[in-house]
Amino acid sequence: MDWKQLWQILSAPDNIPIVAMIPLLAFYIFLAWRQAHANDVLIEQLAGDPALAKTHHRKAWPFKPGWQKEVHVWPFLLRVEFLAAIIVTIILMVWSITLNAPLEEPANPNLTMNPAKVPWYFLGLQEMLVYFDPWIAGVVMPTLIIIGLMVIPYIDTNPLGCGYYTWKQRKFAIGTFLFGFIILWVSMIFIGTFIRGPGWQWFWPGQTWDHNRLIYEVNRDLPDIFGITSNWAKGVFGAIVVGGYFTLGGLAVNAFFRRHNAKDFKRMSLLQYSIMMTFFLTMVALPIKMGLRLLFHIKYVWITPWFNV
Amino acid sequence: MAEENKGNGNNGKSVGLLDRVKTGVKEDLASLTTDLPAKAKEQVEILKKPTKTQLFTSIFRHKHDDTPRNRALGVLSNVFLHLHPAKINRDAVRYSYTWGMGGITFYLFFVLTLTGVLLMFYYHPSKVQAFRDVLYLEHDVPYGKLLRNMHRWAAHLMVIAVELHMFRVFLTGSYKKPREFNWTVGVILLVLTLLLSFTGYLLPDDQLGFWAVTVGTNMARATPLLGHEGPFGSQLGMTPYNDVRFGLLGGSIVDANALLRSYIWHCIGIPIIASVFMILHFWRVRKDGGISGPAPVVLDSEIKEAKK
Repeated sequence: MDWKQLWQILSAPDNIPIVAMIPLLAFYIFLAWRQAHANDVLIEQLAGDPALAKTHHRKAWPFKPGWQKEVHVWPFLLRVEFLAAIIVTIILMVWSITLNAPLEEPANPNLTMNPAKVPWYFLGLQEMLVYFDPWIAGVVMPTLIIIGLMVIPYIDTNPLGCGYYTWKQRKFAIGTFLFGFIILWVSMIFIGTFIRGPGWQWFWPGQTWDHNRLIYEVNRDLPDIFGITSNWAKGVFGAIVVGGYFTLGGLAVNAFFRRHNAKDFKRMSLLQYSIMMTFFLTMVALPIKMGLRLLFHIKYVWITPWFNV
Repeated sequence: MAEENKGNGNNGKSVGLLDRVKTGVKEDLASLTTDLPAKAKEQVEILKKPTKTQLFTSIFRHKHDDTPRNRALGVLSNVFLHLHPAKINRDAVRYSYTWGMGGITFYLFFVLTLTGVLLMFYYHPSKVQAFRDVLYLEHDVPYGKLLRNMHRWAAHLMVIAVELHMFRVFLTGSYKKPREFNWTVGVILLVLTLLLSFTGYLLPDDQLGFWAVTVGTNMARATPLLGHEGPFGSQLGMTPYNDVRFGLLGGSIVDANALLRSYIWHCIGIPIIASVFMILHFWRVRKDGGISGPAPVVLDSEIKEAKK
């Protein structure tokens, strides 16, 4: 266990935000979960008691009798905002006094940094470079993430859970988002920061970064395993595999969605449903491709003269 | 006649003028001892109530004693505060619901603008000067180190705050009707925040920024259709000297032009675009009915299916 190495990585000034993000995220997930749970209990209670549902105030943290429903922005909101601004300023001040922004040697194109890492918030994409070609990891994926986020309000037809925390009323939406945000985005940032070392190789936390380490990985392409040699056949084979994934995966998700999310299925138009399916399957394809690479050393699934997937 | 008139006129005038001056001076002297003290007394009375002065009332349009009306006016008649409504739902100020992350993001943008402008005074976006300017800033400029540290950490904090804000908005379903469009504006702002941070990364012109931006922009080489290493790029005539990466860097390598471009995007281009989208974002928060909750829970059985 190389504690020095571990400490160097953990205390690198630019890594502090990521170290800070762990407790921050944990705290806010706890905060959200607590309110979601309280609301879910209330929802269950009201659903089982229609008479109560008619008169109930329907909030987990209700008004006390005699309270006014509305309060003045001045001072009740502004003081919160002012306090937040002061606290953020204090945090920033202390942070800026105690920790110096990193400054390396002058830029030198002839001396490659190893590992050369992008800013931490893009490490998820850089990590994807291991599993995908740059045109997917660096261009197509960010584009799909942005568009995918933007279409969320237009494909989520579930009218429940607007303006309050809940889990039971929006299991699919929240589950999918948590998967994308926590598993795919945040954990890839962790891997990129704390695990990837020189040569973008995998070093467990506490393992010494060995700049001379070489790993001889024999990566194969999926068509090779099936003994396909001609370029033409490889292209067709890959198209079938990728097409097959989207067809079979689509059918599987459809079977699940139709049964367990019947109301949403009924509400969604064909366009909404197919957009949701496309983004969902593309997102799920990431960990599948990662698994193929890490477990079976498969580099490409689909090989064509113009692009490889 | 002419003489008479002349003589009379002159005599009459000069005598009258002298008299008038005499009486005038007397009056003035008398007034000095009576009117001015009275005025001074009046002035003291006025100054005892500064909020009644014309100067004050011209700036602050309403009274400030603690009445509901004045509390409302304090927000509504203030250009900076009137983003807010006068009154809001009692629950909407609960921190555990909103996490305050949108507001904190905006505050950090403000801090970054302030520290960024100050940094601009000490920085030349040129290959010769940039790195030296940062050294100068760190070692010679009073509080220069603090300034740079603050800018950097505020930028990191802003990225975290934006992501947490999006997380909260998702978890509370706040993007649902009628706030769908504002969510997409928010996504654009998220992208702009990341771009702002990324363009700033190169500016110290050190190894860290240089290689981060090299790795980042190398991906643009592989843009489908528009990059010379991307699918169908070379078929469309893309080379390292005309593809999308060339456009981003102003050259085929990360060099002086890239530094200048990222400087301009970082300090002028993206902040202006982001400000426009922020105006839109805040405006829509109000127009879409303010903060989304905490709303009363809705039961599944109460949803009426819309007729198609």
